[in-house]
Amino acid sequence: MAKIETDRVGQAGWLEERLGLDSVRKLLAHKTVPRHSGTAWYYFGGITLFLFLIQVGTGILLLLYYRPSPAEAYESVQFIVTRVEFGWLIRSVHSWSANLMILAAFIHMFSVAFLRSYRRPREVTWLSGVALLGLALAFGFSGYLLPWNTISYFATKVGTDMAAAVPLIGPPLARFLRGGEEVGGATLTRFFGFHVAVLPAITTLVLAIHLVLVQRFGISSPRSVEKKYQAVGRPVPQMPFFPNFFLRELMAWYAALAVLGILAAIFPWDLGDKADPFAPAPAGIKPEWYFLAPFYTLKLIPSHVWFMEGELLGLVGFGLLGAWWVMLPFWSNDRNGSERTLLVTGTGVLLIAYLSTFSVLGYWK
Amino acid sequence: MRIAAFFLVAASLGSAKDSCVECHSVLEGVLAAPTARFKDDVHKRRGFSCADCHGGDRNLDDPKASMSSARGFRGKIQRTATAKLCASCHSDTAVIHRFKPQQRVDQYAQYLTSTHGKRMAAGDTNTANCTDCHSVHDIREVRDAQSPVHPLRLPETCSKCHSDAERMKKYSHPTTQFEEYRRSVHWEALAKRGDVSAPGCASCHGSHGATPPQVTSVAAVCGTCHVLFENLYDQSPHKPVFTAMGTAGCVACHGNHEVTKPSPAMLAGSESICGRCHETDSAGGKLAVEMGARIRSLEQALGGSDEVLNQARRAGMEVSEALVRQVEGRENLVKARVAVHAFELAAVEKPIKEGLAIAAETHRAGQAALKERDFRRTGLGLALIAILVTIIGLWLAIRSIERRPEPEASASGR
Repeated sequence: MAKIETDRVGQAGWLEERLGLDSVRKLLAHKTVPRHSGTAWYYFGGITLFLFLIQVGTGILLLLYYRPSPAEAYESVQFIVTRVEFGWLIRSVHSWSANLMILAAFIHMFSVAFLRSYRRPREVTWLSGVALLGLALAFGFSGYLLPWNTISYFATKVGTDMAAAVPLIGPPLARFLRGGEEVGGATLTRFFGFHVAVLPAITTLVLAIHLVLVQRFGISSPRSVEKKYQAVGRPVPQMPFFPNFFLRELMAWYAALAVLGILAAIFPWDLGDKADPFAPAPAGIKPEWYFLAPFYTLKLIPSHVWFMEGELLGLVGFGLLGAWWVMLPFWSNDRNGSERTLLVTGTGVLLIAYLSTFSVLGYWK
Repeated sequence: MRIAAFFLVAASLGSAKDSCVECHSVLEGVLAAPTARFKDDVHKRRGFSCADCHGGDRNLDDPKASMSSARGFRGKIQRTATAKLCASCHSDTAVIHRFKPQQRVDQYAQYLTSTHGKRMAAGDTNTANCTDCHSVHDIREVRDAQSPVHPLRLPETCSKCHSDAERMKKYSHPTTQFEEYRRSVHWEALAKRGDVSAPGCASCHGSHGATPPQVTSVAAVCGTCHVLFENLYDQSPHKPVFTAMGTAGCVACHGNHEVTKPSPAMLAGSESICGRCHETDSAGGKLAVEMGARIRSLEQALGGSDEVLNQARRAGMEVSEALVRQVEGRENLVKARVAVHAFELAAVEKPIKEGLAIAAETHRAGQAALKERDFRRTGLGLALIAILVTIIGLWLAIRSIERRPEPEASASGR
């Protein structure tokens, strides 16, 4: 018995010497998470990460069968969902988790904004987070085309047409994305390359920066909570990250897994009909839900407004709105350091109202 | 004449002034109406003016001079002269091909051979000329959806005269054709589905050379679209019999203007068309009942498969391959319906057998998909139970940890 114990200690020592696990243990022992009424919002960062990991796992499995060419893409996905054992589940989980990941990322971003977690010194953490959301949208846009079905083909056509409307860089950007003048085989190959190589590489790097920064600066408490405890002369209550918060986060992951399972099994992701580039665009072509708000806005803008093309005006508007939101940590306080509470909260509420209302209208109209 | 017309056109195209429109547009009533309508006219867009048909000189401001006989003013065109006037350009390749190189120029020649043209030549101004169908002063190209002779609007245009009992009285002509046509499959395809290739009046009767098809030529008229049916009918025992009876082939069973959707009920049962001539226990009657039963069996089999496959599809199952096979099954049903026109059981049986085999295969695929759906839902139920148990376990673990006295909780609060 004593021999076994000695061996265990010996093995741990061997690992300790080579991996320095003690520092990780110490880090986990000292890491804490603020405990207050809004603690539940902290789970969404972890849920987004969990869904991203599912994306990576299921994406690798899909790669075993997927073939990125117009002649074979649709058929290979059809083969996956009809012939490969549990292929339907892998494909459906991949598609649903992509959507849930973007939803979780949006919730995470707005919760960070409303809890004011972007405050100094976490400005770069905010910027890296917004970059990750942008990358998630790019994953969604590039992955949407890969099954090469009618809806994805024409949605990509509309999406790249919108890119072409950007002044100066628009036409070459659209050509670069499409690999030519039209959406075709070259576009599919490129989007596949972006989806499985370029975007994962960039995302891994930005995600690493984001996680290191979260670790470096810890989890922020809302200013109102800080003030409340400062008034009574006590620090904000904390809970140990490990195991208390970690186990709670694990519960949230399991709940996300249950939702994902229900969606994947009850509503398997539709494959649609194979894309036919020579067929006219079917009526009611719509992009994925997360692009519906800008899509519907562009539909509402007249073709010409004063001296500008309507589409260009819309894109300029989205660009300015996006830039305004990304720069949130830099305008949230006035020169005296006081928070512009009304402006920050108002901008956040209006943005949520705009995105949700226009997405719903874009879906139904 | 051709050279004169050419120079007339060339001269008028080169001139921008149009005193006819300038004066008539400020007048009232019938004298102004043509100028308002003329702005949408294809001739206007091609550079023609009032003077190109009515004569006169559009470059002169003085009405008396511009509308003088010395300037070739013709005034209102007589109905008997309209077609000839239109033909002065439309039968002239030198003029027409300047605008549309592929445009035909034989309309007038055809019109002269038509019933309309012959009656008009005999002085019957009650019959149709060019403007009755194409309109006047606001003539549009045939492909223009607002043109009265656009394929989608042509039946209605013909019906303006042919459904007018008063106008048709003197010819003892029926006026129910349009109403009958509106109940036909052809109208459904044309008007409801917007299929401009579906037959309208002109498809069977001709347009400029409009003439009613004779009994002997009806099968040939239908056969221009329904080629396979015509071939089978030509070789069938019905053709010599119908010809001897003086009955128009296709029309004998399907009618003419009111061609309704065919069904096995035409072959057997109380509404059987075959039964009108064939006794039920005669060889022909038995054959009709057999063919009807075969076709109905395939319809039912394919319908059953549709039901199962749609149920699976609504549950999100991927059954597109089976649905493609269903299309092949329906092609066999169409082949069987075509084969009926050979009036031989063997000809019908072959596609029926193939169709039934496909229907059985797709039904199996649908049932397998429904079975797979049930398997997935059972798996999901078990997975959800496992997840729920794990979540409860984690919750209990958290409670147990947090009930222990806290070590020295860090309260740094970064």
